[in-house]
Amino acid sequence: MLGKLTWSAIPFDQPIPLIAGAVVALVLLGVLVLVVVKGWLPYLWNDWITSVDHKRIGVMYILLAIVMLFRGFIDAVMIRSQQALAFHAPGYLPPEHYDQIFSAHGTIMIFFAGMPLMIGLMNFAVPLQLGVRDVAFPTFNSVGFWLTATGALLVNISLVVGEFARTGWLPYPPLSELRYSPGVGVDYYLWALEISGVGTLMTGINLVATILKMRAPGMSYLRMPMFCWTALASNLLIVAAFPILTATLAMLLLDRYLGFHFFTNTGGGNMMMFMNLIWAWGHPEVYILVLPAFGVFSEVVSTFSSKPLFGYRSMVAATMAICIISFMVWLHHFFTMGAGSDVNAIFGIATMIIAVPTGVKIFNWLFTMYGGRIRFATPMLWAIGFMVTFVVGGMTGVLLAIPPADFVLHNSLFLVAHFHNVIISGVLFGGFAGLSYWFPKAFGFRLHEGWGKAAFWLSLLGFLVVFVPLYGAGLAGMTRRLQHYDVAEWRPWVLWAGVGIVIMTAAAACQVIQLVVSIRRRDELRDLSGDPWDGRSLEWATSSPPPAFNFPVLPDVEDAEAYWGIKLRAQEEAAEPDYQPIEMPRNSPTGVFCAFFATMMGFALIWHIWWLFGLGFVGGYAAFVLCAWRDADEYEIPAEEVARIDRVHRRTRRDALAVGPRP
Amino acid sequence: MTIAAADPNRVGDLGRSDARGRGEGGPAPKRVVVAFGFWIFLLSDIVMFSAFFAAYAVLAGQTAGGPSGSQIFDVRGVAVETGCLLASSFACGLASISAGARSRLWFYVAMAVTFILGAAFVGLEVSEFAGLVERGDGPQRSAFLTAFFTVVGCHGLHVSAGLLWLLTMMAQVFAKGFRPDILRRMLCFSLFWHALDIIWVALFTVVYLLGAGA
Repeated sequence: MLGKLTWSAIPFDQPIPLIAGAVVALVLLGVLVLVVVKGWLPYLWNDWITSVDHKRIGVMYILLAIVMLFRGFIDAVMIRSQQALAFHAPGYLPPEHYDQIFSAHGTIMIFFAGMPLMIGLMNFAVPLQLGVRDVAFPTFNSVGFWLTATGALLVNISLVVGEFARTGWLPYPPLSELRYSPGVGVDYYLWALEISGVGTLMTGINLVATILKMRAPGMSYLRMPMFCWTALASNLLIVAAFPILTATLAMLLLDRYLGFHFFTNTGGGNMMMFMNLIWAWGHPEVYILVLPAFGVFSEVVSTFSSKPLFGYRSMVAATMAICIISFMVWLHHFFTMGAGSDVNAIFGIATMIIAVPTGVKIFNWLFTMYGGRIRFATPMLWAIGFMVTFVVGGMTGVLLAIPPADFVLHNSLFLVAHFHNVIISGVLFGGFAGLSYWFPKAFGFRLHEGWGKAAFWLSLLGFLVVFVPLYGAGLAGMTRRLQHYDVAEWRPWVLWAGVGIVIMTAAAACQVIQLVVSIRRRDELRDLSGDPWDGRSLEWATSSPPPAFNFPVLPDVEDAEAYWGIKLRAQEEAAEPDYQPIEMPRNSPTGVFCAFFATMMGFALIWHIWWLFGLGFVGGYAAFVLCAWRDADEYEIPAEEVARIDRVHRRTRRDALAVGPRP
Repeated sequence: MTIAAADPNRVGDLGRSDARGRGEGGPAPKRVVVAFGFWIFLLSDIVMFSAFFAAYAVLAGQTAGGPSGSQIFDVRGVAVETGCLLASSFACGLASISAGARSRLWFYVAMAVTFILGAAFVGLEVSEFAGLVERGDGPQRSAFLTAFFTVVGCHGLHVSAGLLWLLTMMAQVFAKGFRPDILRRMLCFSLFWHALDIIWVALFTVVYLLGAGA
């Protein structure tokens, strides 16, 4: 009846996951009770859960990312503290639990923290920057978000029901084959990623279609803000790379569920094919994550230097070059496979070449700052912190691209330090820069600068104190994923990294305090002008938060920096435009229904509960067809309503600007 | 451009009818956006198939003592399958034309023919698979058969999903008529159905023709 699911799946003998799970369940229950008691349920359902508004979906993506970022960070704290304790000692995490923690840390940070953070920023900002009302496929946007949430939910269910994978963040066979990983851990991993991968693909298609086919009049390609360009490159990579992930994981699923022989030791299977296929997705994935962050830095550096971006066209060329070359370097993830020196040399050289366009970008940002009137607001601090630290990560990457060096350093903490160096200072700092940059646009008030700066400085310091020692430990020969060790030489490095994670915890606390303080003091942090940073692109031309339709009248773009041009020309308040009725997509529960049945199917497949799978499949199909059956998927906002909303905004902005200069 | 201008479903209309979606002219009409988005989906689907093709190419020689392609492929049977699928694509084209001409009767007839030919294709494939499994040459036999069953079966699953979609489309036209949103879905369906042909041609060549000759 319940397949493999029995009471023994609940880890009653392991206090850590049990207590963690109980706390999460209590918090969820508390939030649910609060929502029901306060009568917020209709608001939540109508305005958020079923919303197809790209801004709200973007906010929900980022919310998911922040929650998962905390989950992944707790894993990181456990990894660091275990290693700090486990010198000549077993530590407090048994090996089978420790293995799950580092696997979950990587999986969650990449797929459910990094990806939603970047996709959330793109979802929120791209249509605003392009000067349009929504993405190309608003309902699919909602489906994509909810499927991503399904994946995150499945990974977190594994905390208390069953176990998570012990195979690392990429489940290399033959370890991940049924014979060596008979539990449900790998299945949790695989189904969570298959389902959320479909969601990511939908978002990728959606944003590509949006950027290529839906732009405000006059917004030619070379007038798009840089963030739109990097979003385009990132989403093209999603469209080209995520199907490979889906196919590869499907092959492993077939091996595990139906006894196929793709990657097995027996029957002629080829496990190195898995490495090739997974990294053919995995390396573009690195750039899927970091390209939007590059876009954020471009916007932030230009805005806070009060200058146009230096070398816009070379930036576009560098972005698209990275987009293409990122598909030609995957083999550097396994130089030790034994492909031979010629093959390794080609991929090593390609890897060094991809550093060139990235270098072009760094120089462009530096020259943008050169001679500018720089304002050191929080987003700008994240951007500068990124430039300084990311260059180090890039250098160690080029070092690792040399196959002989890689033979020595592969699988060591040097490698771990390298990729954390690029991902934290690239993606995470980029995410935080984007968050503090666009927060006032999303909610109508700025984040508190003091706590934001404290969070930045502690993050930068903590990051350096964690990962500089790990470079050292790696050079001293310490391999990754060690549950315990007895080499005295590594001990000080590991302890320093432990100190660093304490600083990072303080930084995380500052982020939470910043959010709480900002919400409490929102009236004094209010942004009434819609343009708190003296911005240069179209998202700052509308109110904060923007109305559902973004722009009362689609802007006419005449320059590369659309809003800067408008500001330069419009010294006097422009006359009222001719308001027209606006058609907007109607909200739809398709996404949340599909995700509900996808969760059901995923859980059923993990535990081999076949009837539940059938139920989920039929239910999902029925929900989809029912939602496709509705007759009106758009509603009209009358011209008077548009005029009313815009007049209020015009008045507030005029008053705000009359009071005094912007901060 | 008069057709595009008359499309009531275009988004972001500013009264500019020329060259929308080409960068300068503002957002493209909805029909263009939908078809373009679906094309990108099809490209991503082809990327997924290419991963299975790559796996097949790697594993084609790994028979592990089991049969090789030339021993199990019945090219004549597969040719009949191919005929069914290509003819169904032709019928699907006729359905699109009927939809364009707003002719319900011919639309139903053409879609029914598409369905029958597509179902015949799936039936033939299932019987081929069943015969192999019965002889003990199922996908668990060797890596070659694993890859063969997966790449061909994945296409078969696509065709089956397409059949489900086809029936849903017929029901939607029956219930709602040739509304612009239904026509856009029909456009996507026909793109999907023709793309499956393209993949099948590659499959027929790489798997069956090359395999039978080897």
